Order: sequence, then structure tokens, then C-alpha cells
Amino acid sequence: MLTTLGLAAFVVYATARVFQQDHYWVGEYHYLTPFYSPCLAAQCVPEASLFGRIPVEFPPLVPYALLSLPILLLFRVTCYYYRKAYYRSIWQAPTACAVQEPHRTYTGETRPLMLGQNGHRYFFYLVVAITLINTWDMAVPFFHGTDGGFGVGLGNIIMFVNVLMLWAYTLGCHSCRHVMGGRLKSFGKHPVRYWLWSRISVLNSRHMLFGWLSIATLMTTDFYVSLMASGTITDLRLFN
Amino acid sequence: MPPTPEADITRYRYDVVVIGAGGAGLRAAIAAREQGKRTAVISKSLFGKAHTVMAEGGAAAALGNTNADDTWHTHFRDTIRGGKFLNDPRMAELHAREAPDRILELEYWGALFDRTGDGRISQRNFGGHEYPRLAHVGDRTGLEMIRTLQQRVVALQQADAAELGDPDAMLQVFAETAVTELVTDDSGAIAGAFGYRRVDGGFVLFEAPSVVLATGGIGKAFSTTSNSWEYTGDGHALALRAGASLINMEFVQFHPTGMVWPPSVRGILVTESVRGDGGVLRNSEGERFMFGYVPDVFRAQYAETEAEADGWYEDPSNNRRPPELLPRDEVARAINTEVKEGRGSPHGGVFLDVSTRMPAEEIHKRLPSMHHQFKELADVDITAEPMEVGPTCHYVMGGVRVEAETGASDVPGLFAAGEVAGGMHGSNRLGGNSLSDLLVFGRRAGLGAAARADDHQGSGVSEERASASLARALAPLKQGQGVNPYTVHTELQETMNDLVGIVRKGPEMEEALERLARMRERTDMLSAPGDRVYNPGWHLALALPNMVLVSEAVTLAALERTESRGGHTRDDHPEMSPQWRKVNLAARHGDDGVSLTRQPLAGIPSELLALFDDDELAKYLTEEELS
Amino acid sequence: MTERTFRVWRGSGENGELTDYTVEVNEGEVVLDVLHRLQATQVPDLAVRWNCKAGKCGSCSVEINGMPRLSCMTRMSVFGPDETVTVTPMRTFPVVRDLVCDVSYNYEKAREIPAFTPDPKTSPGDFRMQQQDVERSQEFRKCIECFLCNNVCHVIRDHEENKEHFSGPRYLMRVAELEMHPEDTADRRQIAQDEFGMGYCNITKCCTEVCPEGIRITDNALIPLKERVADRKYDPLVWLGNTIGRRPKDTPIVPNTRRPAEEE
Repeated sequence: MLTTLGLAAFVVYATARVFQQDHYWVGEYHYLTPFYSPCLAAQCVPEASLFGRIPVEFPPLVPYALLSLPILLLFRVTCYYYRKAYYRSIWQAPTACAVQEPHRTYTGETRPLMLGQNGHRYFFYLVVAITLINTWDMAVPFFHGTDGGFGVGLGNIIMFVNVLMLWAYTLGCHSCRHVMGGRLKSFGKHPVRYWLWSRISVLNSRHMLFGWLSIATLMTTDFYVSLMASGTITDLRLFN
Repeated sequence: MPPTPEADITRYRYDVVVIGAGGAGLRAAIAAREQGKRTAVISKSLFGKAHTVMAEGGAAAALGNTNADDTWHTHFRDTIRGGKFLNDPRMAELHAREAPDRILELEYWGALFDRTGDGRISQRNFGGHEYPRLAHVGDRTGLEMIRTLQQRVVALQQADAAELGDPDAMLQVFAETAVTELVTDDSGAIAGAFGYRRVDGGFVLFEAPSVVLATGGIGKAFSTTSNSWEYTGDGHALALRAGASLINMEFVQFHPTGMVWPPSVRGILVTESVRGDGGVLRNSEGERFMFGYVPDVFRAQYAETEAEADGWYEDPSNNRRPPELLPRDEVARAINTEVKEGRGSPHGGVFLDVSTRMPAEEIHKRLPSMHHQFKELADVDITAEPMEVGPTCHYVMGGVRVEAETGASDVPGLFAAGEVAGGMHGSNRLGGNSLSDLLVFGRRAGLGAAARADDHQGSGVSEERASASLARALAPLKQGQGVNPYTVHTELQETMNDLVGIVRKGPEMEEALERLARMRERTDMLSAPGDRVYNPGWHLALALPNMVLVSEAVTLAALERTESRGGHTRDDHPEMSPQWRKVNLAARHGDDGVSLTRQPLAGIPSELLALFDDDELAKYLTEEELS
Repeated sequence: MTERTFRVWRGSGENGELTDYTVEVNEGEVVLDVLHRLQATQVPDLAVRWNCKAGKCGSCSVEINGMPRLSCMTRMSVFGPDETVTVTPMRTFPVVRDLVCDVSYNYEKAREIPAFTPDPKTSPGDFRMQQQDVERSQEFRKCIECFLCNNVCHVIRDHEENKEHFSGPRYLMRVAELEMHPEDTADRRQIAQDEFGMGYCNITKCCTEVCPEGIRITDNALIPLKERVADRKYDPLVWLGNTIGRRPKDTPIVPNTRRPAEEE
């Protein structure tokens, strides 16, 4: 039940925000919300589009971050943790352990439509690229202080924490764990990959935690940026 | 409820029938099948649930991986020392020689033992072993072994499935099937085995020229025991009734460390690895009391100060072993004495402590199932507080007298291996020698049984003989208002525990014999209400006479042997006698019950005797043997 | 010592029913102790499967107040003072009688999995494996085969028809264990999906939740196996290789080990 509410809250908030086409950029400090990164539409603020723009005006209700959002969505949809969460809470298969489930037949992930779940790794690869972009987005504002040059505000901190959580979630991915070392038969012959695998395993065992934390920090970051961008609040500056 | 099957008997014909599906039984079956023999394995429990899973510490084999000085000679010497020179020397030799190959074979079948730095099988220290010698998997080595053998059986069945179209064609497991009688022919040779399926109560008759007993031990005759319900001495009793003899039945090993609290888990094993890895025993005064209990025969090999003992874990070549690692009989007796003299723990044990000896993380890694066991069953966190432990009936050294090479008993066609066979361990078994014993002699018995099947067909079993067996098996169900088997079982356990337990006295054992005689009469009148479908009352009623019979053999032999040695301690005869060392007591069953004969023990070949120095031999052998 | 109400499933097949007993309970006891007391004092023919009573053999699996558990590892102190303790047999397997199930499904599934296959050029004693090489599979070999994971798995618990083509967490974990064995040379990835039903698993983790050995079945065995299956079956490069002709050597299911459906 909590899972359903949590997922629903995120979906509602994220949908509202990405279709808004506004309040995504704080020019003064170069804060860009992750929901609009990379900003691709022709009408994006030029400084916000760190990776160029497509010379096409996006019609209303088309997200400016047209490329990254579907990938991020599919990465989370095919994530082994979220699959468990929505199969149980939404699909009711099973409702809970040892509770009779309300379906007459069950085919799991064997039918063509569900086979897509096996593509999780490809979304992982793409999401690594997007998370790198998010990291870049997070780094840039550090060099746009109030008086130019280096500066730190609450916005920086929030974005930093968000990126940290995004990496913790992304690198703790089961596919990442497999690709980095899990697919090997012998660890003894590959000490570096074993080291990677054991570090990733630590993150992986908290995959659910980082899944939820990263959703929370994404929403917080976006909300904070939108409040600033709309002029509701100003950034709390800690240094310059 | 499904209709109870009619009293029909399903007949099977095999070349080799193995009774028991633990380590020895499965290893025997694998050996027989590999010889091309049609083989049946009869298991009282489900396939893979055997008591072997309870073995924790490891399997002793002189692989020399951890210390290259270890050879089969040193393993042999330790085994003989542990058994106080009463071992069958040929068995001890074969065991020490062949154990390494048997372990490597398991690895080749998929077992995953813990590793050394250079990628070989790691070996750990254990009581009575001079070098780190136990191949192990954390503290669940027995489980690894049974699973590997189980999977090897499946692999052979898969080969048969591919080749012959039927996985059960050459090697079949009869799970939850118990044997109630061995059938012999007019010449006294084995003709088959009769039993029932627990699941539906259907009767089965196996005709075969060779039968291997691998039924394990007798621990359920005692109230405080680490053994599971299966350990009802079936194989010992079947062998006695079929005409075989049992030797060394007076030697019962009490493992020094069983749980003592709460009452419902009293007796559950606390692995010796706890001590091998650094755990120490303390009494209620906080004293490491084992220093006061090192007997003369072991004085030279054990540390005299705590500092020396503690140094041994890191530097075994310059320090002597801690006395906590004395053979099991010594430690068990010491704990018994401490408790008796009022220095015990609140629930009648002593303290076994690892919490002050190594960091919590290390304990989790080395002793995971002990941590789990105490947490779940006693609410004790062994990383923070000591465990309370006391002796628990663990193993019977005695068993069917067999030939070392083939496992053949006195009855033609009857073989035995594992705990049900006697001789290998002498008067006391070293920890870790059991798992390797199962493999070495399981294989040998399987080969022996297969060889006999080469030139013997088996004489078959007549209808009359089969229906007589059937009538005896059905008796408890038809008894009406008879004796409750659960009541008699409890009485038997208390009698054996109190009167023939860890420290024995002549008059007490005489009383035990009287009680056992009365119990024997009452077992003729056991009654089990209900039908034949998975009826535990009936199953107990069929197993109880076995326990009573074996208990009589144990008590008679214990009363007869007027000395103390290994797993047999007489309060009225505390000394170890060189004269008794030359003697095996052999129990046989006749019309007037169990009787004993004295049999000479084979001498140790001189080249192996040379492994011991004269001072040590002088403690065991008679003057004339020494000269 | 107190008196407790136990509600125990009696009977077999369709004809069972819950029966109430009042029975004595002492400090420190587990559910199996109480069942034994029932046997010894009230119902000598109460069928209970058990062996070691120390959580090591995995025989005494039942459902206690609806949750799959080992009765020897369930302490009475986890229940409220007046709580009725309901003990029923595992639901996924046919009941033989009272609390005892016919678990042969599991043994049949075990036989279908191609066994450990070392390189035929090696012989015993040749293996050199590091501790970190064996640790992954060692975790799965802690399994005591209590079959609680297969019992709780909704794929077969609620859908009898899936039993034929789904091996359950226990045996998918066995496949993973062999695939991670450093000295194994077979390739069971194809049959893991096509014959043992890896695709039916929707990783909802109930198997991990009920495992008395605390094995992380889903995260460490099932998901890695799904990823290995994806390597083999859902990787475009492998697909390309197959079409050009560099076919990987898939190990087939062991022949003649699966009973035809009509015999069931």
C-alpha cells in the first residue's frame, strides 16, 4: 500500500513537472533541474542546454528532456527492485507471501510483452550516460557563485546529494553487478573485477533503499529549483 | 483418507541393497553402481536428510595442504592414540591412507570446501589431531558431504536415464522406507531385507545376495543426545538378529559440548570447531579448568600455561596444544566432574566462550551456524556472551565386526560401513574421523558387496518367510490395549542416560540390565492406534525393540569390561588396563538373548608401531608385548 | 508450564480438517516440541516429518499461522500468551497425512538439471580455486532442502499447471550454483529459461523471506541467473553470432527425466 502511494506520488509529481515546460532553470547560479536535463528543445534557455539543442520548437506537453526521460523511466520500470514492488503492490502477483493471489493463470515474464524486462542492462548503459550528464549539471553551478567564480549554496548541496543517490542507485543495479563481475565463473583470475563486484554488491544489497532515496532527492531537487526559478524563494548561499 | 493398501508385499530384486542413505550408505551405493551392479538405497528419511548433515567440523584427511608435515602416518598415529590403542589397526591404516583420495574425489564431484591461499582445500585444527587436518566448509561440512553424494547419485541416475531410458534402472533410492528384518537362507547367508514404506505403510521385500548396513548409530537410546530420531540402532539390531557379532559396544562417545538450555534443545551439538578456532572452557569460577585434567598419556603434547596454549593458535610449531583440544572423552569427563563438584553453570553445564577470544565479525564468518543456532534456539548471542555446554551422547564406537578390506561381517553377504561398523575408532573416535570413515569404508563396503554379487545370485525369499515378517510388523497395530511406545522409549532413555551414561558403576548397570529385561517383555505388547499411513506411533513401536536390544548389548559389554578407556569410564575401575587392551568384547544374539565372548585384538604391524616412542607404548601395552 | 490451544490439520487429501487440542507448553520450547507432546500424550498417530530438530536437515517444514516455517526453529515465545497456534501442512504439495506432504516434485526437478560437469581433461586433485571463487556457490549450498521456498513461491503455490515447467527457487538456485562453479564446463542458461522456467520468476522475493538459512536466493541466485539468461538469449551480439553460425554449446535437459504429463 505504501509502495503504491509512493510510486503514485512520484508519477503524479513528475508528470506535472515535465509537461510544465517552465521553472527549470535558475540563471543566476546555473541550477538545472534533472527533470529537464539535457534540455533539448529549441526554446530551452541557451545556457541551460549544455549539450546543444535540437532546432525544433517542442509543442506544448512535450518534455524538453525528450531523450533522457523515457530512458530513465524504462530503467526504473525494468529495475529488479521496482519490478518486485509493482508486481506485488499493483499487479498483486503475489499480494503477499503465502497469500492466495487473485489470478486464474500466471505466466510471469515469459510472454513477449514481458520479455522486455530482460533488456534492463541496456537501459543501465544509457542511464550511466545520463547520470554523467546529471553529474556535470551538478558540477557546473559550483563555478557560478553570486559574484562569479566558485560558490556554494543550499542548491549545490541538494544537487550534490541527489547525484550521489543517483549513482548509488545506478551502480547498485543488478545488471551492473552482473556486467562488472557477476558474469565471471572465476573471481580469482580477475581481481579487479572481483573488487568492483564486491563493492557493487554492497550497494546492491541496499538497492531498494537507494531506489527510494533517489526518487526523494530527485523530487526535492526539482522542487527546490522550481521554487527558485519561479521566484518563490531565493537560494540560501553558504559561500559566495 | 485414501484406502490403506492391502497387506501385499512388493518384491524387488537387486544385486546390492544398501540400508541407510547417509554418507556411508550413499558412498557404498555409488561404489556398487560404478561396478555395474543394480543397487537399491533404502533411506528411513527423505533422500538427503541423513544424520550426516549434523556433522559440522570437517572430514579428517592428511592432505598436507595447511601443514606439509602431515602424512597418513601421523594421521594413523593420532587415530590410534585417540582410540587408546583399541582400534583395529588395519582399519585405522586404510582410513588414514585413503581419506585424502576420498576427499579429492568429493571435490571432483562438485563439493566446495573452504580454500587455502594457493587454491587448495583448507584444513582446520581439531581435538586429538596433531596437524590441521579437517577439510571443511564453515561449520556445515556434513551437509556439503551429503549433498555432494546425493548429487553424485543423481548424476549416475542421469547417465542411466540417458543410456537406458530410466533413471532408476541401475540405482534407485527408496526414500522413507524402513527395514524391519534381514532375511537369511538355510546356510545363514543373506537373502534379502524386509521393510515398509513410511508414507503408505506398504510392505517391501528386497531380494539380494549382498546387503550393506549403513544405518548409523544408537543415540536415541539416551535422553541427552545430539542424534536425530533415526538413530535407533536399527542396523546394530538387524545384524545381531541375522547372526553377526557386534564389537566394542561398551564404547559410547559423549561429545563434550552439547547445548544444555533450554530443555527442549538439550543435547544439540555445539561443534568442536568452536574450540579448534580458539574457544575456551571455563567453570563458574572463571577458571580454564582443562589444564587440571590433562592425563599422563597426553601430558607431553599439551600446554601447561594459558600463555602457551594461546600461542599455539598462531604458532603451533613452538607451542603445545591447548588442553581444550584433548580427545572428546577426556573433555567430556572433565566437564562432568566440574559440574558434579559444584562449579557448573546455572543450567548444569560449563561455559564455552568465544566472545572474548575473537571479534564478532570473525565469529560470524567462522561459526555461522553456531551463531544462528544459539540465537534462534536459546536467545544467546555468542559474539557477546559465553555458551553453556555439557556432554551429550554423540556416537557409538561399537558396531558390526567387519573385515577391514571389504566391510564384510560374520554373516555371508552382510556388509557394514560407517557408524554401524565397529573397530575403526577403538575406544574413542577423534572428531573429523567420522566423515572420512564414511567415505573410506562406505566405498570399500560397496566394492565388497559388489564383488560378492559377482558370484552369488542370492537364494530368494519364500512366501512363508515373507508373511511371517509381515505378521511381526503388523503386530503393534493389532495389539489393542497394549503398551504405549512413547512411554517405554522415555523410560529406556532415562535408564541408559542415568545408569549406563558417561560415568558407570557395576551395580547401576546390573540394575539397568534388570530394567531392560522388563522393557524387552513390554516391547512384545506395544500398541499403536491408527492405520499404516505415516503413523509415527507404529514406526516407533517397530524401532523400539531395536533400541532395547542394542542397549542390552551396550550394558552387558560395559559391565564386563572392568577398566576405564576412551568412551567407557568405570567409577569402580578407573584405571586403564594393558590386559584389557588386547581384548574386544563381541556380542551375539541367540535364543537366550545377548551373550558376550572375548576376542583377541590384532596387533599393530611393527613398522607402524615404530611411530610411537617407547614411553608412550609403555602406558598402553603389557610387559610381554613391549619386550 | 502453561496450557495452549493448538489447531492442527488432521487427515489427508480433500478430507482433512483443523482440530483443536489443548496442550502443555514449557519454557524455551519450539512448535515441534509441542507437536511431539501431542503425539506422546494425545494423538500417537499424528503424522509429523522431522529428523534433526536443530534446523539442519530441513524435514519439519509446515505452515504456522499461515507462514511457511521450520517447526523446530519456531519458538513458542514468538506467539502472544493467548494466541492459538495453527499448524497446517505445506500448501503447494499434496498432503500424505496430517502435517506430512508428498514432496516428490522437488526430487523430480532435481533430476532434470545436468549435474556438475568438470573438464574431462582434469582429474581429482587438479582443482585450484580461490576462496572468493567458491563463496558464491557455497552460499547456495547452505540450502537444507526444506522446500519452504518452493512452497511459498506463488508461481506453483497458486498455479498447479505451472509445476510442469517451473522448477521453483530451490532448483533455479541449483542451476545458478552450478553456473557459478569455477570448474564447471556445462552451459545451462538456455534450459534455465526454456525448461526450468526462469522466466516465470517475477522476483517478488518470498523465497528469500522464508529461507531458514538466510540465503539471499533472489538477489544472489535468481537475478544473476536471469542476467546470465539475458547474456545467452536476449543479447543482440549472441543473436548475431548464432545467425552467422557460431552457436554456443547449450547443455540440453537430461533426457528421460521428465515424466510425460499424462502420467501425473
